[in-house]
Amino acid sequence: MRKGYFGAFGGRFVPELLVPPLAELEEAMDNILPAEAFVEDMDRVGREFVGRPTPLYPCRNLTAELGFDVYLKREDLAHTGAHKINNTVGQALLARHMGKSCLLAETGAGQHGVATATAAAMLGLDCIVFMGALDVQRQSINVHRMELMGARVEPVESGTRTLKDAINAALRYWIAHQSDTHYCLGSAVGPHPFPLLVRKLQSVIGRESRQQMLEQTGELPDTVVACVGGGSNAIGMFHPFVEDRQVELVGVEAGGRGGPGDHHSATISRGTPGVLHGTHTFLLQSKEGQILPSHSVAPGLDYPGVGPEHSFLKDSSRARYEVIHDREALKAFNLLSRKEGIIPALESAHAVAWAVENRDSIKPGSKVLINLSGRGDKDLDIVREQME
Amino acid sequence: MHHDNLLTRKIQGAVDSGRKALIPFVPAGFPSRDRFWDVLLELDSEGADVIEIGVPFSDPVADGPVVEKASIRCLEQGVNLDWIFEGLARYRKDIQAGLVFMGYFNPFLQYGVERLAVACQEAGVSGLIIPDLILEEAEPYREVLKESNLAYIPLVGLNTSQERLQEYAGLYPAFVYVVSVMGITGTKSGSMQVLGDKLRQVQDIFECPVALGFGISSRDQLESIEEHVDAVVFGSALINHLDEGKTPREFMAGWQVPRAFSQRVRAKT
Repeated sequence: MRKGYFGAFGGRFVPELLVPPLAELEEAMDNILPAEAFVEDMDRVGREFVGRPTPLYPCRNLTAELGFDVYLKREDLAHTGAHKINNTVGQALLARHMGKSCLLAETGAGQHGVATATAAAMLGLDCIVFMGALDVQRQSINVHRMELMGARVEPVESGTRTLKDAINAALRYWIAHQSDTHYCLGSAVGPHPFPLLVRKLQSVIGRESRQQMLEQTGELPDTVVACVGGGSNAIGMFHPFVEDRQVELVGVEAGGRGGPGDHHSATISRGTPGVLHGTHTFLLQSKEGQILPSHSVAPGLDYPGVGPEHSFLKDSSRARYEVIHDREALKAFNLLSRKEGIIPALESAHAVAWAVENRDSIKPGSKVLINLSGRGDKDLDIVREQME
Repeated sequence: MHHDNLLTRKIQGAVDSGRKALIPFVPAGFPSRDRFWDVLLELDSEGADVIEIGVPFSDPVADGPVVEKASIRCLEQGVNLDWIFEGLARYRKDIQAGLVFMGYFNPFLQYGVERLAVACQEAGVSGLIIPDLILEEAEPYREVLKESNLAYIPLVGLNTSQERLQEYAGLYPAFVYVVSVMGITGTKSGSMQVLGDKLRQVQDIFECPVALGFGISSRDQLESIEEHVDAVVFGSALINHLDEGKTPREFMAGWQVPRAFSQRVRAKT
């Protein structure tokens, strides 16, 4: 396989000016990440600060309702309420080992921005976050959170004024500030080595889950389900199960409202391969290669690309990718809240919804492990709006 | 070696006559679909040696706000490669300058690189500048481009190592494009000392002409480094100029070379 590629996907499609900092990061990933001192740091910070390991929860009520065993990996209980923190503390520690004094991040709805600001505050690093101007308006509480923790939030006025434009702005900023700044990219997307680095840092989800399943049930799950936007929670969950060929892997993409002509975020299911943000992967694009707007009720799934390793898992048939629409996700959001006393993030509700919607085709008694990647407090305004 | 490429000959021709080659950049369809071809013809008749036609993309990461806004305006008017090729079929014969496409990789990839190479050759486009297609990623396409005599023009920067410069030089490009700033298009330039040193290094390593671009808005900027530069690229400054409703002629007039300047260069060569 070519370096930096997952089959035909991945690569490093960036301006030449970004080659030196990416090479520097790759070297750090290869040398610092596996070093004993770094592994110990990660374990300690994971335990003391992030709250790892997160629990594996058997959903007794949902199991009774659906007729198969449902297990939730509770990433919603990690600090800041989502899996995003696994990546940001890892990259922040790496940045400090590399001698960088500033963390740079993009954010869509603000979850990754908050997680980066959190890690930066904990390690005493400066932090600058680019956020689409439209998202700054829509997610003012997250802007406030980031600022409380000392981050500078820069609204991005270009393009569609959302996540993809925030990534463009962050890449541009990084070109000019690469000597003292580490770009803490928020998902398993972007140029090599980011998809690999983010997967390595998020794989703690799958490693813990695998061990917890074996300890609690004596068996591996039959099916592992995770929502896919950029795909960092899903790749972190899937990767430790890839060699367990009997375990079915299901990535759930956001279908949006689902009407004819409506925007959606089902990149792998309905997109085509192309190059965006430094990587060759499935995209939502016109036949002329212009990037199309995406949509989902879940802000964290609202992205017109996807991590290249997911494109590879799809291409090689190791994982399959399914589509869940806004209304099904909202139904699952309510169901999990009501039945289990767990309010899921709208993103994670897509994964739950897949299990609910496929209840008739899932074998009774089988074990379904769902990554509950985040908690839903952040989404209450959206849910209220949608219910009206 | 690629020295039979029209782009090399155009730039070398300017240098031989004692001046810098002038390479204006205009996004296809700017300032409007109707006016674009007139702008191109006027840039040509006013002394452009090579013209970079920008192929617009929705997410231009190496560009500043001026180029990005212009590109999006062109996209909104429905500009695409087919439209550009149709126009070139009509106007190419009236243009003396060498032509290159500057654009991000995805629109080229979706068009099909092989199909693009053939269409460029037919349309009289001699090279591609693709800011997000570095050495390693260009590798699979090199043969296809070569077959159509379409030059892959590398962009190098102040932070490009000696080893990488040598690898790019080993491709024998038609010319090499040096990014003058550690930033995006339209950024103000930094230390002239640092830039001068890098240009000298590039000049030593590459056999082909050296073009300088990104953030070039006036001739005065070049004073201390002119001996290391064969060609100058200007984009954002020209776009701003056209956006104010001014003519290409007025812009190019600011770049016409005073006699003293050309004599100094000629004395050197």
